[in-house]
Amino acid sequence: MKVTDIVEKLNLKVFSGHEGLGAEITGGYASDLLSDVMGHAEAGAVWVTIQTHRNVMAIASLRDLSAVIITCGEKPGDDTMTQSNEEAIPVLGTDLSTFELAGRLHAILR
Amino acid sequence: MSFEYRVTGGDFTHAGYASSQVKKMLKQLGVDSIVIKRVVVCLYEAEVNIVAHAWDGIINVELDTDTIFMKLTDNGPGIADIEQAMQKGFSTASPEVREMGFGAGMGLPNISANADRFLISSEPGVGTTLQITINLNSPAV
Repeated sequence: MKVTDIVEKLNLKVFSGHEGLGAEITGGYASDLLSDVMGHAEAGAVWVTIQTHRNVMAIASLRDLSAVIITCGEKPGDDTMTQSNEEAIPVLGTDLSTFELAGRLHAILR
Repeated sequence: MSFEYRVTGGDFTHAGYASSQVKKMLKQLGVDSIVIKRVVVCLYEAEVNIVAHAWDGIINVELDTDTIFMKLTDNGPGIADIEQAMQKGFSTASPEVREMGFGAGMGLPNISANADRFLISSEPGVGTTLQITINLNSPAV
C-alpha cells in the first residue's frame, strides 16, 4: 500500500511532501512522545500524532518513516511543511481523533 | 575519520542536525541499516538532551572500519543522580519541552538499549559527558 492509497481511502488532507506520496507503507505507529517513536517505530511506518512542530520531521526523516498524519484537525507549522517538502515525507491531516484514525488505518493495512 | 558538531541549548529548530549528518555519512559508507538505526537513536536522544537541558555542547564523532564512537560533552546543570536519570519515565524537562513530546524520560534508556557501550559521567553545575560506542559490523546489540 502506498501513501497515496491511504490519502484516498481515509480522505486525508495533504499539507506537504507531495513528492513522497508514492512511498510504500509498511505499518503504522501512534504516539505523541518523540522518544517513543524514535525508539519503537519501524522504518516505512506511518506516524499518527497530534504533534505539529518541525522536530516531528526530524524524527520521521531519521527513522525513514513513510508519512506523518496529524489528527484532530491540527495543522503543521510552516517550518514543518518546509522540511516535509525537502525530505519528501508527506504530512497529512484529518479531523478524526488519533483513536479513530488509527483504528481505520489499522483496518486497511492489515 | 572524525567530525565535530556544536549544539546550542534551547535551539530545537536545529535539533537532530548532527544525527542527520551522521546518518547520511553511514548510509554512503554502506553500513547495515539496523546499525544505522541504532546510531541514529543514540545520537538523536543525546543531541536533544543537550538542547533540552544544557547551555551548549560539543559532539565528537570518530569513525573507523569497525566502530563509531560518539562523545557528547555539554556545559550545563549536570545530573545529580545518574541512576535515577537512567530510569525509564524519570525526567527533569520543563513543561514547554514536555508539551513538544520530549521529556518523557525515555532518552537515556533508549541510548542504553541501542549502544554496545555507553558511559555517562556528570558533575552538577558543570556538565555531562556521554560516551557511546557502536560496532558497525554486528547489527544485534
